[in-house]
Amino acid sequence: MITLYDYELSGNCYKLRLLMSILGIEYKTAPVDFYPGREHKSEWFLKLNPLGQIPVIDDDGLVLRDAQAILIYLAAKYDPSGTWYPRGNPALLGKISQWLSFADGITATASAARLHDGLFYALDIDAARAGAHRLFRILDEHLWFGEREDRDWICSAPSPTIADIACFPYVMLSEEGGIPRQDYPAIRRWCDRVKRIKGFTVMSGVFPAGPA
Amino acid sequence: MTETGCKDPVILNLWHPIAAVAETAPGRVADTVLLEERLGFAIDDAGNAAVWRSRPGLATGDRVEPLEVRDTLPAKLAYGYLWTSLGSPEEIFPIPEFAEPDRRRLNAATIGVNVSAPRAIENFLDMGHFPYVHTDILGAEPHTEVKEYDVEISIERDEILATRCRFFQPMASTTSSGGADVDYIYRVPHPYCSVLYKSSPVDEKRLDVIAVFLQPIDQEHIHAHMMLCVLDEENEDKVIKRFQQTIFGQDKPILENQFPKRLPLDPRAETPIRADKSAIAYRRWLSQKGVTYGVIPALG
Ligand SMILES: N[C@@H](CCC(=O)N[C@@H](CS)C(=O)NCC(=O)O)C(=O)O
Ligand SMILES: [Fe+2]
Repeated sequence: MITLYDYELSGNCYKLRLLMSILGIEYKTAPVDFYPGREHKSEWFLKLNPLGQIPVIDDDGLVLRDAQAILIYLAAKYDPSGTWYPRGNPALLGKISQWLSFADGITATASAARLHDGLFYALDIDAARAGAHRLFRILDEHLWFGEREDRDWICSAPSPTIADIACFPYVMLSEEGGIPRQDYPAIRRWCDRVKRIKGFTVMSGVFPAGPA
Repeated sequence: MTETGCKDPVILNLWHPIAAVAETAPGRVADTVLLEERLGFAIDDAGNAAVWRSRPGLATGDRVEPLEVRDTLPAKLAYGYLWTSLGSPEEIFPIPEFAEPDRRRLNAATIGVNVSAPRAIENFLDMGHFPYVHTDILGAEPHTEVKEYDVEISIERDEILATRCRFFQPMASTTSSGGADVDYIYRVPHPYCSVLYKSSPVDEKRLDVIAVFLQPIDQEHIHAHMMLCVLDEENEDKVIKRFQQTIFGQDKPILENQFPKRLPLDPRAETPIRADKSAIAYRRWLSQKGVTYGVIPALG
């Protein structure tokens, strides 16, 4: 059985809750008092992840950290359709990895801005917001051209991949960091498509799709 | 035109929360903002506290003896928080249940929100949003109707009291075992603080107490301190905190999207659906007190 070391307001933890919900994977939640308790820096947690970061999973003794790494593992192991992480398609796998790494960039900017505004993290807020806008501009353009060639998702595949899951949460939560999305229409349409994936689930701060 | 701080004497003379004691490193300088003023503060292990207008020589993180700091502002520890004032405060409002020994007393979190304090209080008072915003926790369709309840402005206690509130909740607290009709009482004993009482799933004769104490940073930004004082012998602190943070995290985007950010006090300013009975009483009470900070005062 999978145990997810989880904090409700974390978008990185939500990536995993979201994929597990879509794939119908059962799991247990081990709450981590990330804020205000800073339990991710406690002795017991650092044994699990010396980086002192959530999320972490434990799947029958296999301990994994990093949301993107865990998405790969879960999709490779538990997705019978093989579409979320298509193991036989090297070009697509390369693209997926590229966007997983892009998602970490969204964490470093949009998520950082949200931590600053909501949980008082001391960091350069202007740099965080500017960095997020730069990434959102790139993503918006990529999705806009995709719509011109009938590509609904971040990668060129007929259905969504873990790249979509990895990029979604901190895009969706960006307003909490003072990063509006009105100038990214293709991103807004893509968010709406993600919300309509079967098995989609919400977190605090993310609302379900409106009526079609 | 630039903002030049708070000039509202009603607000200046109140106690305001500035930090959770549990989250303050003892004997160290910390800093915050209240009503656009930078403040320094410190609490020692014995519970002595000092608050002062930020000044060079007392830098964040420095060791300090609160009792030795001169030229300080009023300071008081109450309900798990440090309170201060930029004016001459009277007694702080009472929460007698806080002293009951079998309760769990926790700071669920302090969260920064881009909204005025009065807007956040008004949202806290509104049961109508439960099924839509806190779906399957504090409400669920089709149980969407806010049933008739009573509101009074208590002259003698100078607070708003809403009683006989009742709502169907799928999961009212960490101790719930399923959906139930839950009784609520709301108090607004301070323009920026509200205390709610709701049926305890573990003791039908007693009520859980949940309060929001809002620290006004400026007219459109707050730090929301969430206090829990509940009956729960089963769950770890972090589970109880998580429940409350989940709910607050759902409110946050709703609060931050309110327009205008300041609360309009003119009775004709907004549709009656948004301004239901307790909201109308709250707005009237703020008007009567002459509060101008964080609101759009009524003309005339
Ligand atoms: N690359 C990691 C980043 C995870 C991350 O930034 N987690 C945040 C919470 S959402 C965290 O634990 N931050 C604490 C820290 O970095 O010290 C991942 O994607 O899982
Ligand atoms: Fe709410």
